[in-house]
Amino acid sequence: MIEQNLCLLLVVIPLIAAPVTAMLPAGRTPWFFTLTITWLCFVLSIWQLTIVLDGSTISYELGGWAPPWGIEYHIDALNAFVTLIVSGIAAITLPYALRTVENEIQRRDTSLFYAVFLLCFVGLLGIAQTGDVFNLFVFLEISSLSSYVLIGMGQRRRALTAAYQYLIMGSIGATFLLIGIGLIYAETGTLNMQDLHQRLQPILDHRTVHTGFIFLVVGIALKLALFPLHLWLPNAYKYAPSAISVFLSATATKVAVYVMLRIVFTVFSIDFLKITSTEFIFLMLGAFGVLVASTGAIFHYDIKRILAYSSIAQVSYMVLGMGFASTLGVTATVVHMFNHALMKGALFMAAGAIVLRIGSSKFENIYGIGRQMPWTFAAIFIAGLSLIGIPGTAGFISKWYFMLAALEQQAWLIALVILFGSLLSVVYMWKIFEALFFHRPTNTSPPVSEAPLSLLLPMWTLVLANIYFGINTDLTVSVAETAVRLLGITAYHE
Amino acid sequence: MKHNLVLRFITKYLFPVIALFALYVQFHGDYGPGGGFQAGVILSVAFILYAMVFGMESMEKVLPLGLLRTLASTGVLIYAATGVTTLLMGGNFLDYDILSQLPIQGQHIGIMIIELGVGITVSAVMLIIFYAFTDRRNYD
Amino acid sequence: MIDTIIGHYNYWVVILLMMAGFYTVINRGNLIKKIAGLNIFQTSVFLLYISIGYVNEGTTPIIAEGFTRYANPLPHVLILTAIVVGVSTTALGLALVVRIKRAYGTIEEDEIHDKDMSL
Repeated sequence: MIEQNLCLLLVVIPLIAAPVTAMLPAGRTPWFFTLTITWLCFVLSIWQLTIVLDGSTISYELGGWAPPWGIEYHIDALNAFVTLIVSGIAAITLPYALRTVENEIQRRDTSLFYAVFLLCFVGLLGIAQTGDVFNLFVFLEISSLSSYVLIGMGQRRRALTAAYQYLIMGSIGATFLLIGIGLIYAETGTLNMQDLHQRLQPILDHRTVHTGFIFLVVGIALKLALFPLHLWLPNAYKYAPSAISVFLSATATKVAVYVMLRIVFTVFSIDFLKITSTEFIFLMLGAFGVLVASTGAIFHYDIKRILAYSSIAQVSYMVLGMGFASTLGVTATVVHMFNHALMKGALFMAAGAIVLRIGSSKFENIYGIGRQMPWTFAAIFIAGLSLIGIPGTAGFISKWYFMLAALEQQAWLIALVILFGSLLSVVYMWKIFEALFFHRPTNTSPPVSEAPLSLLLPMWTLVLANIYFGINTDLTVSVAETAVRLLGITAYHE
Repeated sequence: MKHNLVLRFITKYLFPVIALFALYVQFHGDYGPGGGFQAGVILSVAFILYAMVFGMESMEKVLPLGLLRTLASTGVLIYAATGVTTLLMGGNFLDYDILSQLPIQGQHIGIMIIELGVGITVSAVMLIIFYAFTDRRNYD
Repeated sequence: MIDTIIGHYNYWVVILLMMAGFYTVINRGNLIKKIAGLNIFQTSVFLLYISIGYVNEGTTPIIAEGFTRYANPLPHVLILTAIVVGVSTTALGLALVVRIKRAYGTIEEDEIHDKDMSL
């Protein structure tokens, strides 16, 4: 019975857990409850992935209403993979959250904090699981609204303005998405993704369809912080509580990339992409995003802010991969979704550990801290190498696929951008290494001790995963290839 | 507004009427326009009107914030529990047909319980929002 | 030509409201006015959905004797959900503004910006 309802349980379990958490007494109880739920979901998502790994799909009808009338959950390798990323990162963030949340959130707010965290988790899982575009919008708003709350719970007062700015931008994005869905619904009379695909094919040249597509793409681009709509992201990630920086940076933008893949390739089609030359726009925005965001990262003197800018650059790589519109390109995107979650999760965890000990992530306060926190620094170093794309780390695999995709199409300029982007990431990561390790410690700062074990263990789990998935690429690449095949993307040929 | 006799008088008699209308909208929702969302908002409006005329203190005696939080969570749980019940009875999530021998009767029962959960949550949440914006004693 | 313009009056209203709301969100520096603009922007989309769900001379979608044409209920249901999302967004936005006012003592965007820079 569990197996046939698996895809539904993944959404319903945290949905039930959220109100229960809100009623629990403040303290460690809500944390422990949330921890149990996220690990349960993690196990279920692994199970789900093993079912669809061979290229099969699961279809679930909510309320017994057959699609296209009712809401359908339609799971293939891509959905299951994104669900695995979200629940995996949540499961690994929760042990980390215990100490940092006690440090940053008032005790009486803890049960509400974890309840909102679970709601955000439900939203992200729901986006990944659903096969209905309007249901997707609702889940997107659940996750967005709860992430505004979570960001606004940061310690500094600027967390409030960051959350407000994100709320305005995010709501505009969501409303654009709503307009797009409305226009496409007016044209086809259906909301089911598979059904939309069927009905849209004969009318791909209608102007309403084009307008709807534009609204959808702009709306999602706002959510995934695609250049030039990325301005909300750095402050939001910088001022959020540490655990939330980790969770959102590793999952929220990835899920938005997934939505983009779904809408562009499943709802519309790769042919539509080529007719409208949207691929060219993706390539341009991706390339500019990589260059602008990486350059932006260099001019900041704050670990969390640098990492946030780097996130924008990495998301731009993923959009670049979609722009190639070939098997290799989109495979690179899907692989990078996973790998980026690993490396950015580890990096933000390390930054959060420094914030826990020092109370700041600005360079002027943390010079030379790497010598006093060797394990944290080593984690930043290895995850940083992965971000740059050194062979032997997960980051190398995704960069390699991006490069292959560019060379396959003889897009020399784009290949150059990818290389140059890596070079820029060497510069900004080196700035962090230098500040943490080689710079002379300032006399004013008192000696600090290494981060507690409850922070180091999750951090190092992710760091080791970075190395493991850099050597053993079977899982990531095979899942990505299955997913890409099911999206209807073919290999590039001239 | 403590000394405005007309307002106090009217509010006192309007309150049950509004509450009754909310219940009508709630439980007639399967045959006519209505349902949990609308009923929840109407019911909370009755309380908000009362609080505006008689003051927050008298309102808090009836509905303390802690109770409202519990109610808001309970509504969601009623909704989810209905879904889980249909799962356990062997159907799909929220498949009301299975709740009774007759599918149509099952649909009636199902939508009634679901909308009740929605109504409880919506009215509790609207009142929590009202509390959050009016009760500023702790801050100013 | 004129018929097309008048016949699509619902779209003109939607576009007008949408632009007014969007302009307010972008242009105003007052945080409350921004949220008001966002509300108008969202409401215009609700109107778009509801008006495309209407069928000429259709009744409310309740089965009754003597009526065969009725409006498409699905867009209305969708918008009911979207309205709830809109209400939550507004409530959350206003709550943030209250907190911002308490932390900064102002709700004008440029003044908040100045205070952040001076730190």
